[in-house]
Amino acid sequence: MLSARHFRKEFVNFEVARNIYIHICGTDIIRDADGQYLVLEDNARCPSGVSYMLENRRALKRTFPKSFEAIGVRPVEHYSDELLRVLDYTSPNSAPDPTVVLLTPGVHNSAYFEHTYLARQMGIQIVEGRDLIVRDQHVFMRTTLGLQPVNVIYRRVDDDFLDPTVFRSDSTLGVPGLVDAYRAGNVSLANAIGTGVADDKVMYYFVPQMIKYYLDQDPILPNVDTYLANEDKDRAYILENIEKLVVKSANEAGGYGMLVGPHSTAEECNRFRKLVKAEPRNYVAQPTISLSRHPTYTGSEFAGRHIDLRPYILYGENPVVIPGGLTRVALRENSLVVNSSQGGGSKDTWVLYGDE
Amino acid sequence: MLSRVANGLYWMSRYIERAENTTRLVDVNLQLLLNFRSLNDDTLEGHWMPIVQSTGDEEIFAELYPNASGENVSEFFVFQEKNPNSIVSCIMLARENARTVRDQISVEFWTELNRIYLFVRSKKATKLWQVSPNDFFLEVRNSSLLLQGLADATIMRNEGWLFMHLGRNLERADKTSRMLDIRQAATARDVSPRLRNQEDALGWSAMLRSCSAWDAYKALHGSDVQPVYVAQFLLLNEDFPRSARFCIDQVTRALRRISNVREGNFTNNVERLAGLLHSELQYCDPKEIFEIGLHAYIDQLQTKLNDISSELVQIYILQSFELEEDVQESEPTPEPQMEQQQQ
Repeated sequence: MLSARHFRKEFVNFEVARNIYIHICGTDIIRDADGQYLVLEDNARCPSGVSYMLENRRALKRTFPKSFEAIGVRPVEHYSDELLRVLDYTSPNSAPDPTVVLLTPGVHNSAYFEHTYLARQMGIQIVEGRDLIVRDQHVFMRTTLGLQPVNVIYRRVDDDFLDPTVFRSDSTLGVPGLVDAYRAGNVSLANAIGTGVADDKVMYYFVPQMIKYYLDQDPILPNVDTYLANEDKDRAYILENIEKLVVKSANEAGGYGMLVGPHSTAEECNRFRKLVKAEPRNYVAQPTISLSRHPTYTGSEFAGRHIDLRPYILYGENPVVIPGGLTRVALRENSLVVNSSQGGGSKDTWVLYGDE
Repeated sequence: MLSRVANGLYWMSRYIERAENTTRLVDVNLQLLLNFRSLNDDTLEGHWMPIVQSTGDEEIFAELYPNASGENVSEFFVFQEKNPNSIVSCIMLARENARTVRDQISVEFWTELNRIYLFVRSKKATKLWQVSPNDFFLEVRNSSLLLQGLADATIMRNEGWLFMHLGRNLERADKTSRMLDIRQAATARDVSPRLRNQEDALGWSAMLRSCSAWDAYKALHGSDVQPVYVAQFLLLNEDFPRSARFCIDQVTRALRRISNVREGNFTNNVERLAGLLHSELQYCDPKEIFEIGLHAYIDQLQTKLNDISSELVQIYILQSFELEEDVQESEPTPEPQMEQQQQ
């Protein structure tokens, strides 16, 4: 925990509003060769992609309007209402009508479309760091009518860039004094600062044990077997079997910094052997799992392509699981990397009404 | 509304209007050339240079081109990306601003702005420009008019729309007066209220056409083209949507709606300046314009328009950014109180 890159020691013992740290969670789920669902990784910092879920649904509804009624597909469109409810709920002061804003890094961010999309859906302001100002530990936005107080910030800016006076001083995306206002309990942030520790792939290894310890339960969805390069025995296993394994950097996202052993050259495997030896804390390995496949139109025909699923879980007054999610698909034949930054696509995902 | 967003909408709208008016400006001057009897380098230079000077970009121009030939000047105004006021630059800047306020404008509006952006930067556009400048201008002008229609038909009439409306009308008032100014400069002598020869009359009517004002003017004055009537029409007409007075009327209305203040009152300096200019244009006797001199009058008008624009930006946009060091102890939100007083 202490060596996790996103661990924020400044926030040890800090109490967040309503005791909620992870307001929005996107957990990646896969199905292995036996049909068993497994948790592949946690995204507790700043999960993205929900706009794809909403837009895919819109596109499919236009294309197959009749199927929806006939089959009984549960709606996902209420996502933004639920999200706004969560954000309202976490407002630090009991103001009846809190001001919620979405903080974006700006137009050059690859998820900017999603930011504007969500802000529009929720009917809240989308702000950049320079639109906000902190005074007397309160956050305000700069408007044509002067300064207006802000209670809740749905931030799509990483911890590192949030406040140049506390974290990276070269950040121009953040708001000087924001952390101070946050500490004073005058503004809440979703997700909380420091939740990135949960995205650390070394931490993932311990999640089943955490569930056991804190809840005294066995996890409903198991993890993928994971080897920690930091442990001598595991590291020896990784170095010996790297051609069969998937090696992941503990703190990268977007499909960067990873090796799919069976699909890699001897040279690439050796490069990762060196990386693992040099920085064992920063690497984990998992057996290469043949992700389930789904018929996918390839431009000329339908063919099987590997997929994973990211459902979205919101946590406010009660946890809400949106009945749907982002199915990501590796468009290249045989590829197991579904990230959109690596040429992955996405599909609408239907959860049907049951017999209830 | 966020100051940054108001700023983006205001400038987006100004740049679209500026692109449109630049097509009008270059178009009218290309047409004027057709009326000259002899075209030597000096005449050309004397014709085009004032136009470059009128937009205040002569320094950039001198760096880029050896002389003010028609080809150079029109390239400078149409495609030159180093000229911040060229048509292509304006459309790029409009789109750049639109990107930052994407959530405030309709899909239709964004799609059209993006389309014209891709068009002016395409090879197709350069070709069209070479074959038929007129068609090129028409394409840009129609796009601007379509965007204006889309703004009016698809965007909420909220504060954001009002800032777009302000940008468009301030820019238009400025450019209409500028066209008039260039025309009077081309008439070469001190413009008297009445014209002496036919050649000048053609020039003045070409200018009216470029302002889309010919038909409206004719309905009022027949084909009797006299500077005094034209100036009166483009500056003081109450009903023509490109006249300075009409635009300023729109500006004062939009400003009053933003701060929710009744006609004849003001709550800040931009409302005061706009109101002053509006009443000046309302009660101006056209004879006075020629007593002061048309050029001097237009010069004053443009200074006033600039003052209104900078005051607008100062009050609604920069002010909220200049509060950094000025820390107050009390709650810094006097605005809601002001609203209550008005009710």
